[in-house]
Amino acid sequence: MSSNNDSIKKTVTVAVVLCVVCSVVVSAAAVLLKPMQQYNMDQDRKSNILRAAGITDPSKTVDELFSQITTRIVDINTGEFVDAPEAEDFRRAAGDPSRSMALDRRTDIASIKRQPNLMPVYMVESDAGGIETLILPVYGYGLWSTMYGFLALEGDLNTVAGLGFYEHAETPGLGGEIDNPSWKASWIGKQIYPNVEATQPALRVVKGSVDTSVAGAEHRIDGLAGATLTANGVTNMIQFWLGETGYAPLIANLRAETQAVEEVQLNDDAAELGSAEEV
Amino acid sequence: MSNTKEIVITPIFKNNPIALQVLGVCSALAVTTNMNNAVVMTLAVMAVAAFSNLFVSMIRSHIPSNIRIIVQMTIIASLVIVVDQILKAVAYDVSKQLSVFVGLIITNCIVLGRAEAFAMKNPPMPSFIDGLGNGLGYGMVLLFVAFFRELLGAGSLFGFEILPLVTNGGWYYSNGMLLLPPSAFFLIGILIWGIRTWYPEQVEKPEFVIAPNTSKEAV
Repeated sequence: MSSNNDSIKKTVTVAVVLCVVCSVVVSAAAVLLKPMQQYNMDQDRKSNILRAAGITDPSKTVDELFSQITTRIVDINTGEFVDAPEAEDFRRAAGDPSRSMALDRRTDIASIKRQPNLMPVYMVESDAGGIETLILPVYGYGLWSTMYGFLALEGDLNTVAGLGFYEHAETPGLGGEIDNPSWKASWIGKQIYPNVEATQPALRVVKGSVDTSVAGAEHRIDGLAGATLTANGVTNMIQFWLGETGYAPLIANLRAETQAVEEVQLNDDAAELGSAEEV
Repeated sequence: MSNTKEIVITPIFKNNPIALQVLGVCSALAVTTNMNNAVVMTLAVMAVAAFSNLFVSMIRSHIPSNIRIIVQMTIIASLVIVVDQILKAVAYDVSKQLSVFVGLIITNCIVLGRAEAFAMKNPPMPSFIDGLGNGLGYGMVLLFVAFFRELLGAGSLFGFEILPLVTNGGWYYSNGMLLLPPSAFFLIGILIWGIRTWYPEQVEKPEFVIAPNTSKEAV
């Protein structure tokens, strides 16, 4: 029997049949499970965004919570919103030469090599139409890995509302402490820019803990013991993405917009006051 | 069916794939930083080992002996991809943490070892059970290592806080080394020592014997 098995005909037959059966099984599994995997990835991304913004409510599903968030696509160079819904997957765009730009060594402080032209940003809008929270995707190189996360800003576009990483491979217990809830909580309330006109962020992670009595403490974050290089990576990431190379043009535009809205409202109020006086 | 019981129990202590055969140590270092990962990895290896044994055994009389390893690898690789896809669909968070290591079950010597050593010579049912037993034997070591690494390294078990950490306002200074791969070597070493003290027959014969000192009678 075994000598029969070793004939060329039998060998080829077994190999072909096995390959066909295995490929059918593998592709069936991939195709049938695709919708569920897509759903999971989507839920994961949404919950990461929500967590960074500090929006948590165990009684509601991720989709319910996410319904208050608007997704916009921003052109990184001009800071203008554009209509390109397919640009949400910025990681794929970063690898595509037609949709990203190469960074030279001097500007690429976050070591990401290529920056997508378009980035998604997420907003919670207040009832009046202003921005309540702006959630920005950020990423940069730490010690071992690229750290992917979201930074949430409050309506003044300067105060940090939250920070969260959803993917990194830093050393557990050392650099991995960027996931530590109490460290992440220390970001809340810190100021990104030194003043309203500035486009270069002042926020950085320092070595040791922050001396709150010294001026500028609102721009400093406590360091992580044994993780100086990871912390430097986080600083570079913030400097890169919140600076001119990143979202600073967008933030300037949004500021100008809200200012315009406020002025119109002030004029309206004044006009109303004037007409009331007349009567 | 005392035979069935024996097939399942033997690989757990008496013939443990990690402790005695010293196979599959690589992934045992990588996925044991917490209990959740270890449990999922155990289930994944059990499923792959059991089903690869089953299928290899079912077609064992048709496998040409000169391509048998390729046939076994093809079956194992397909099963691993299916397991990976299922994990991504039903346990996305865990699959993200296990990332590449699920794929690396393909190269886990335990699976191929059992397919070649047991399933090629035995009928489907015992082969299936043998796969389960060996997956479980591997898993027991994983769980043992993960228990100590997560408890002492992160102060928690299955993600629930047991020893409150200083960084979270508690009293326990976590031992960061236990979260790094070398600590798994120490733990596996201690485990093998323990098992071999319990079953002295597992101790290998020394490869060479130190010769007695030459006496200095001459001259």
